[in-house]
Amino acid sequence: MGKFSLKGRNWKQFLSDNKPVVVLLILIITMSFLSDRFLTWSNIITVLRQTSINAVIATGMTFAILIGGIDLSVGSVLAITGAIAASLVASGMNIILVIILTLLIGLVIGLLNGLLISKGRLQPFIATLGTMTLLRGLTLVYTQGRPISIFGSDTSAIFSKIGTGYFLGIPIPVYIMLVVFFISWYTLNHLKIGRYTYALGSNEEATMYSGIKTDNIKLFVYAVAGVLAALAGIIVTARLGSAQPTAGSGYELDAIAAVVIGGTSMAGGIGTIFGTAIGAIIIGILDNALNMLQVSSYYQDVAKGVVILIAVLLDRKQRKSR
Amino acid sequence: MEEKIVSMENIIKEFSGVRVLDNVNFNIYKGKIMALVGENGAGKSTLMKILTGVYLRTSGKVLFDGEPVDFNTTKESQDKGIAFIHQELNLVRDLSIGENIFLGREPVGPGGKIKWRKLFDDSREWLTKLGLDEDPRELVKNISVGKQQMIEIAKALSLDAQVIIMDEPTGALTMSETERLFEVVKELREAGHSIVYISHRLNEIFEICDHVTVLRDGTLVGEEPIEKLDEDRIIEMMVGRKLSEQYPRVDTEIGEVVLEVKGLTNRFVENVSFQLRKGEILGVAGLVGAGRTELARTIYGVYQPESGEILVNGSPVSIKSPKDALKNGIAYLSEDRKENGIVLGMDLVENVTLASLGNYVGKIGNIDKSKERESTDRYIKSMSIKAAGRNQLLQFLSGGNQQKVALAKNLDTNPGILLLDEPTRGVDVGAKKEIYELINKYKQEGMSILMVSSEIPEILGISDRVMIMHEGRVSGTIDIAEADQEKIMTYAVGKEVS
Ligand SMILES: Nc1ncnc2c1ncn2[C@@H]1O[C@H](COP(=O)(O)OP(=O)(O)OP(=O)(O)O)[C@@H](O)[C@H]1O
Ligand SMILES: [Mg+2]
Repeated sequence: MGKFSLKGRNWKQFLSDNKPVVVLLILIITMSFLSDRFLTWSNIITVLRQTSINAVIATGMTFAILIGGIDLSVGSVLAITGAIAASLVASGMNIILVIILTLLIGLVIGLLNGLLISKGRLQPFIATLGTMTLLRGLTLVYTQGRPISIFGSDTSAIFSKIGTGYFLGIPIPVYIMLVVFFISWYTLNHLKIGRYTYALGSNEEATMYSGIKTDNIKLFVYAVAGVLAALAGIIVTARLGSAQPTAGSGYELDAIAAVVIGGTSMAGGIGTIFGTAIGAIIIGILDNALNMLQVSSYYQDVAKGVVILIAVLLDRKQRKSR
Repeated sequence: MEEKIVSMENIIKEFSGVRVLDNVNFNIYKGKIMALVGENGAGKSTLMKILTGVYLRTSGKVLFDGEPVDFNTTKESQDKGIAFIHQELNLVRDLSIGENIFLGREPVGPGGKIKWRKLFDDSREWLTKLGLDEDPRELVKNISVGKQQMIEIAKALSLDAQVIIMDEPTGALTMSETERLFEVVKELREAGHSIVYISHRLNEIFEICDHVTVLRDGTLVGEEPIEKLDEDRIIEMMVGRKLSEQYPRVDTEIGEVVLEVKGLTNRFVENVSFQLRKGEILGVAGLVGAGRTELARTIYGVYQPESGEILVNGSPVSIKSPKDALKNGIAYLSEDRKENGIVLGMDLVENVTLASLGNYVGKIGNIDKSKERESTDRYIKSMSIKAAGRNQLLQFLSGGNQQKVALAKNLDTNPGILLLDEPTRGVDVGAKKEIYELINKYKQEGMSILMVSSEIPEILGISDRVMIMHEGRVSGTIDIAEADQEKIMTYAVGKEVS
């Protein structure tokens, strides 16, 4: 399964097994020379907070890609769940209830994706391209193209803490990200369903022959992607204090980039949450660094593209060695 | 003295520090057939992969026609005239037979347009030569594994290579296909081609080979002309000791009916009925295409029956998927391990427990990894599986060892009924015997076994009863005491003798 393993014999071995970490280190070292603000506590915190949203989405994407699928709808899920959450908060509903409801909506959308792909036998790319467009449209209809503010009730301020609050000097979204990482890592490495996820991605037929209902695994995987996208929707909405109808557009690409930079194979079966975490941080640092160095936004995309390609090529080369 | 076309000298190969070939010398003679034999994991496939540029050697020299060569890719070795028929099938299942044969070498006209007519006509010629009457336009996924193997052979032949390497080509072939292949191989030798023939079936070696090279544990034991050897001697060279009685038969008390199939019919099988008793091994013989695999897979829930009934321990069961089958204590060892038997990208532990993971769940729903490791180690030991460790990925195991892992996975579900489909395909003589002994042990403990096999000696060697199929139907059932090769073949070709 080509797992990242932290129990490597030594550092050299660890780094050669975990090329993304090398890319990350190079990035950090280079940046610390280019800007003395880079390695300050407040900037590190900023990077982590900015990373958290992509990281949460990318974790769901990791599940989808691990079974050889993909979920393009995550950005739209983020938008629609964010919009619904915003109006519920503004209406004064209990915050816990809002969160549960929003995540449930993410779950249902995820299951729908899963159904289209398993029972409907659609290609994951096509199915989620469809729901992506559909949900974006629904968001625009629901919001009538205007932002929805979360303010207007007693609970609004508490809700906004999910995105803006701190605990022990660390932003709440960072804690959420860490919890998501942990649960996902545990699921993939210590639960049956995680093992089946890898198996399905490596060899669907052998998995079926082993008495495993592959359709159920697919439902599970897309449900995870949906729930985590909804969670990201909650964080974004809370942070901004409002839900934007165009929120999250293009987020699926950053998520896929994080997953792939982290060494997960698009063919399925190979990849880890640790890798995705590193991948998400690489993208976060890149965005941060390019802003800090005041690179024009046109060049930002160029630079980002180059780093993604280098990271993926490095990993590729290692895997091919014989 | 014969002329060498290829000579490999002092070949050493290490995979991340582990030496799998140690100072091996290997020769291929012009116009001769060289057998390459050895136990599972001895390094046969690896040696040939080095010759053809699939792997790079750690050190050593390769001479082709007296010239030192260094192939970095299979393409380079092909261009020099070496064709390699791999142990594992490497066909594109969604392409047609013809497209597969000429993959990457399609005949093209002006403007790069593929000459389909020529491609399919030429394909048909090669198929006919191998005695196949398949339509070259048929998709590969629609033909049997045996036929797929023949397509691989056709592909290699069509390269018109000087040297042809066959890594266990007959594993999936029927007797008549094997005979046809041997005729072709002999014709090739007449025409001056050189052949390397890897097989675990020693009778085949004596039938067609001129020389034998024996490997053991990555080292060269020796090279001898075939006249100087006999079967026992080869086995002794392979395993380092004498081996007694290849088919260890045990007679157990056969109990009540455990599995009963009544009038099973679908698009593959017709009105199949039989009973399997506790502690019994029922051998299922027949030609490839007789529907044996399909029968096993229908019982296992991969294919749905249209009519008919399956009873387990006397009560009818509905099996709609492998999951249902496993729940009823039925396990199935696939004839095609790479496709649906094992997960190449997972390690030994994960493969062994894949179908029985429910038994490894700890208190909080977590997988009990130490328990997993323990059982895996137990199988590694009892089946002498050769691997760098329990965490080695299956893709790096030799073919025979992959097969053992597939069997271990089945056994780990603790089935009452075990459906075996070519259980010893690609397994060496020593290990075969170990597998038979293992099957016998489970039989003694009361497991009921249905064993589909194309190796009649194996069927005769360990079954208690033989059921023969022909074109989807049962054409006869014989008690082992009365069974012999001739009788089985008579039923297999469809002559209804009563
Ligand atoms: N790519 C690889 N990486 C690591 N180990 C490998 C790799 N390929 C083969 N091996 C190891 O090398 C040894 C020899 O394997 P090889 O496939 O050559 O055996 P073989 O003689 O062909 O056996 P079989 O009869 O079972 O096909 C085995 O122990 C195998 O695990
Ligand atoms: Mg081999």
